[in-house]
Amino acid sequence: MFGLAPEDWQAIEVTFRLCLYTTLILLVIATPIAWWLAGGRSPARVVVQAIVALPLVLPPTVLGFYLLIVLGPRGFVGGTLESLGLHHLAFTFEGILIASVIYSMPFAVQPLTEAFSSLGRRPAEVAGSLGAGIVDRFFTVILPLTKGGFVVAATLTFAHTLGEFGVILMLGGSIPGETKVLSVLIYDHAEAMNYEAAHRLSFMLMVFAFVTLFVVYSITRRFEVAKV
Amino acid sequence: MTLSVAVRWRREGDFVLDVNIDLPPSGVTALFGRSGCGKTSLLRIIAGLERIGGAQVQFRGQCWQEGRHFVPLHRRRTGLVFQEHSLLPHLSVRGNLVYGYRRTPPRRRRHHPDAVTEMLGIGSLLDRPVDRLSGGQRQRVALGRALLSSPQLLLLDEPMAALDTQTRREIMPFFSELAGQADVPIILVTHSPDEVQRLADRVVFLDEGRVTRIESLKQALSHPDSPLFFDQGAASVLTGRILPDREDGMLRFGNDRLQLLMQADRPAAQAGITRLSIQANDVAISRQALDGISVINQLPMVIEKIEAFRPGRVLVAGTLADGQRLSAEITERSCRQLALEGGQTVYALIKSVALLD
Repeated sequence: MFGLAPEDWQAIEVTFRLCLYTTLILLVIATPIAWWLAGGRSPARVVVQAIVALPLVLPPTVLGFYLLIVLGPRGFVGGTLESLGLHHLAFTFEGILIASVIYSMPFAVQPLTEAFSSLGRRPAEVAGSLGAGIVDRFFTVILPLTKGGFVVAATLTFAHTLGEFGVILMLGGSIPGETKVLSVLIYDHAEAMNYEAAHRLSFMLMVFAFVTLFVVYSITRRFEVAKV
Repeated sequence: MTLSVAVRWRREGDFVLDVNIDLPPSGVTALFGRSGCGKTSLLRIIAGLERIGGAQVQFRGQCWQEGRHFVPLHRRRTGLVFQEHSLLPHLSVRGNLVYGYRRTPPRRRRHHPDAVTEMLGIGSLLDRPVDRLSGGQRQRVALGRALLSSPQLLLLDEPMAALDTQTRREIMPFFSELAGQADVPIILVTHSPDEVQRLADRVVFLDEGRVTRIESLKQALSHPDSPLFFDQGAASVLTGRILPDREDGMLRFGNDRLQLLMQADRPAAQAGITRLSIQANDVAISRQALDGISVINQLPMVIEKIEAFRPGRVLVAGTLADGQRLSAEITERSCRQLALEGGQTVYALIKSVALLD
């Protein structure tokens, strides 16, 4: 189909798996962080805000380099895993998944922080006073009232992970079926002067990215209109 | 069996909330003071919305906060009514009303949604989205929602402050009916003397983060320099009930020894009010009962004391036939001309149109 080689399909599969897992994990992690950022009074907030935003400004190679050190066989995390009889995380799918989670963090945290700030604390306080526990409050009040923010956070995270290249190349290399994602494969195709294959995949990604962003912006527009 | 709160909290800037109070957990306690005196912070600490290190909160033998022990908001079973915009916007009126009810174990439920809906007159609104309610309707729904969670303590944070005068007049009877029922203790944060007079049983006066005094409403109304009188002048509160049988189409309020006539067309008059707030400058004094005067209410009163009030004015406080106290604000000149003194029996003249306004 579309004249794609098995190698291409394999990269597509890895890429989408990576994007999906990253998005799911980030929604779980980013929600409490964003809630805390949106409401806390503590000075630690600014520090956390800055750390979360770091991937926006750092070259991906810097992030990839440090992750390679930490997750690799002699790093703190990788070394600990090795001593437990497990495999270290450099050049593995799990490794690039951790990298993606960190790299796309701001794209999940920032829209959620904004959504929670504009919601304010009142609805959660009301629900709490009416006997709803924290999880109950989240699913019956906060989530329904900020679903626009969640849609934006999820889509941006997904799309941003799709566009990852430098971090993955540093940390994951280019192992087919494990760490070879679309962006890396396109690079490989281009390196091998296989322009036709590179073009096919690039064009697909471009269309996909456009459609995704188009959908996100129409949804946010609708939520904004609905709010007024 | 009290509500005790002890807190010392330095808020941003140089504001310090320093409070240590024990309140009887019954009736209506007003936390009264100007904006920024710390009354809302105190309410939030009681509710569990604010966790301040070192604070201690106990309610009816339950320890809500002490040291590292902290009972979270949703386990305190306190009903909250905020100043405005606290309805959950994604739920209908019905959804809001039953949100807490559904989360209350059946054995603890004291109210049924139908009864509360009827009491608050919101039966026709149940399926409406909450953004299509008026301010007064919204506050009634918020009150009903809090009641349906069968709280053991009801916390009202300036529930009428955001409403216009007309709406406040409409909604006040619901709050006073609730206050009169007394099946749940109420803490009312307010800066309105009027709300205190109509609803409270006791008043905690707060000033710049400190409690200046705690008094029963009667005591609070008995000295002319009471903070309750700063804005609108001195006032008295008479308790009684709406008596059966009208007279000339007017409602009779009072008891078997004291009666006042008032207009029947005021919204408050329809409900079972039990208090009248009477401004001292709406009361005149006469040595005799008068004929040929439009003032209908003429109550015999024994003068207790006469105190200087504002420049050129005195406050004449007296006891009515049933032992309740009433104050009249008159000029020093009238006081001299009538030769008023303690122990005299005079007539307090109250225009009925002044009642309930």
